[in-house]
Amino acid sequence: MLPNSLFKKPLNALEGSEWYNKVTSKPFVPNDLWIKCPSCKSMLLSSDLEENLQVCPKCRHHFRLNARQRIAITVDEDSFQEFDKDLLSKNLLDFPDYTKKLKNARLSSGENESVICGTARIGGHACALSVMDSSFMMGSMGSVTGEKITRMFEYATKNRLPIVIFTVSGGARMQEGIFSLMQMAKTSGAAKRHSDAGLLYITVLTDPTTGGVTASFAMEGGIILAEPKALVGFAGPRVIEQTIRQRLPQGFQRSEFLLEKGFVDAIVPRGELKETLARLIALHTKEEGQ
Amino acid sequence: MKAIERVAAARAIDRPTALDYIGRLFGDSFFELHGDRRFGDDRAIVSGIAELNGMPVTVIGIERGHNTKEKVFRNFGSAHPEGYRKALRLMKQAEKFHRPVLCLVDTSGAYCGIGAEERGEGQAIAENLFEMITLKTPILSILLGEGGSGGALGLAVADEVWMLENAIYSVISPEGCASILWKDSSKTAQAAECLKLTSQDLYKMGVIEKIIREPKHIEDKLVDSLRNIIYNKLHEKKALPVEQLLEERYQRFRRIGAAD
Ligand SMILES: [Zn+2]
Repeated sequence: MLPNSLFKKPLNALEGSEWYNKVTSKPFVPNDLWIKCPSCKSMLLSSDLEENLQVCPKCRHHFRLNARQRIAITVDEDSFQEFDKDLLSKNLLDFPDYTKKLKNARLSSGENESVICGTARIGGHACALSVMDSSFMMGSMGSVTGEKITRMFEYATKNRLPIVIFTVSGGARMQEGIFSLMQMAKTSGAAKRHSDAGLLYITVLTDPTTGGVTASFAMEGGIILAEPKALVGFAGPRVIEQTIRQRLPQGFQRSEFLLEKGFVDAIVPRGELKETLARLIALHTKEEGQ
Repeated sequence: MKAIERVAAARAIDRPTALDYIGRLFGDSFFELHGDRRFGDDRAIVSGIAELNGMPVTVIGIERGHNTKEKVFRNFGSAHPEGYRKALRLMKQAEKFHRPVLCLVDTSGAYCGIGAEERGEGQAIAENLFEMITLKTPILSILLGEGGSGGALGLAVADEVWMLENAIYSVISPEGCASILWKDSSKTAQAAECLKLTSQDLYKMGVIEKIIREPKHIEDKLVDSLRNIIYNKLHEKKALPVEQLLEERYQRFRRIGAAD
């Protein structure tokens, strides 16, 4: 039997770059016509789900999106211009099987790395945009992930643009060892320079955002938004349970928990995200009395 | 020496800790300052002001303790958010007086627990990385034993990072790596090798600037020479124009893992 992943790459390649720029076009249609909501167990028609931005119409469960789907529903039509698309990770430590894993990740996700960067317009406002993708090695932070995000911050600083980053990450990429860790410092440095230049950085935390990404640029936004019920934390829940040898309370490390503890500015449902981003960016570009 | 032997040496129970070095390097001149002014005082982090060959310095160390009682008191050298916030408070204070900062890092990692998450462990570390990169005073970080991931990096965004010969610095413990990647704890030694976490590996990869040779026990000779090289480095960095200091610090991290 052929691995399922082989079929996904041509899907992206064939459909080219046009489909993801249109909100109304199909981002990713699962083969099954009916999809079971993991939260309320309702059977949902995949076309209904798609119409509803991959949010369950019954219980508001937010299904995970890949980066292209996210870009499609966030930016103005045809406004996304991708940067550094062809930057490829190398096996810097000569780590066993990493080269093969990278290749498989490229095939199965149809992407070259765990983040897609570029410029776009949101509600007419120009901005820099970085969108992480959990389908590429769980959105782990490789050197190229850090490099692309750093370049985006530097570009935005130079061109005086606001930046929006959608985070989703399992954390560090072990196969890149210390180089993975150093990306936390590198991206943070670039984020600080962007901030010191008086520019706006909005983070949107999506499910799940953990580890080194949480402990660096995800928590450095001037404004931090989150999708409902996204898991956001430094340590993953399993690691914590193993450390403290007890079960974690319901809702622990979810967006609502972070809001209550003061680490998130607002929880924004997917359907309102684009408008919210546009509104916030507008507030930072407006001259008094304009 | 194999990587896994370095790991064992870095964690050895009789290995001198941050407080041992603070005592030997600064003697009575060390004055401890407590608390983050927000939540509490994290005892895994020992910090204060001291004199180094007559130069005032801010010292921040992660202390893991020697015996069980001390280890429990120090939370085994795993800091909570308030520890990182205490460190940042002292760094800001150092910046105000253009006083160099010395960080002594020795931790298996930031603490993973309910309180740590509730109070924003990730946010606390992120804020340190964000602020340290532009802190307008020299920062030197020395890894004494274990440099465990983000918990170590939270005190290691510095102008230079040095390691004791048998210290290790890694994104994940070899045990964690073996169990997550290979679901096999018997492969810990192999993981240690693959992660390239020894001082020699990291020096070769350009991640650290100096390896400090270490004898079996802290000897006066070692302490004297360590005191002098720390003093010389901080003195040299202190003399730099601030813009140059910060540009070099930015580029130090900017170039790591840069793609062509
Ligand atoms: Zn549902």
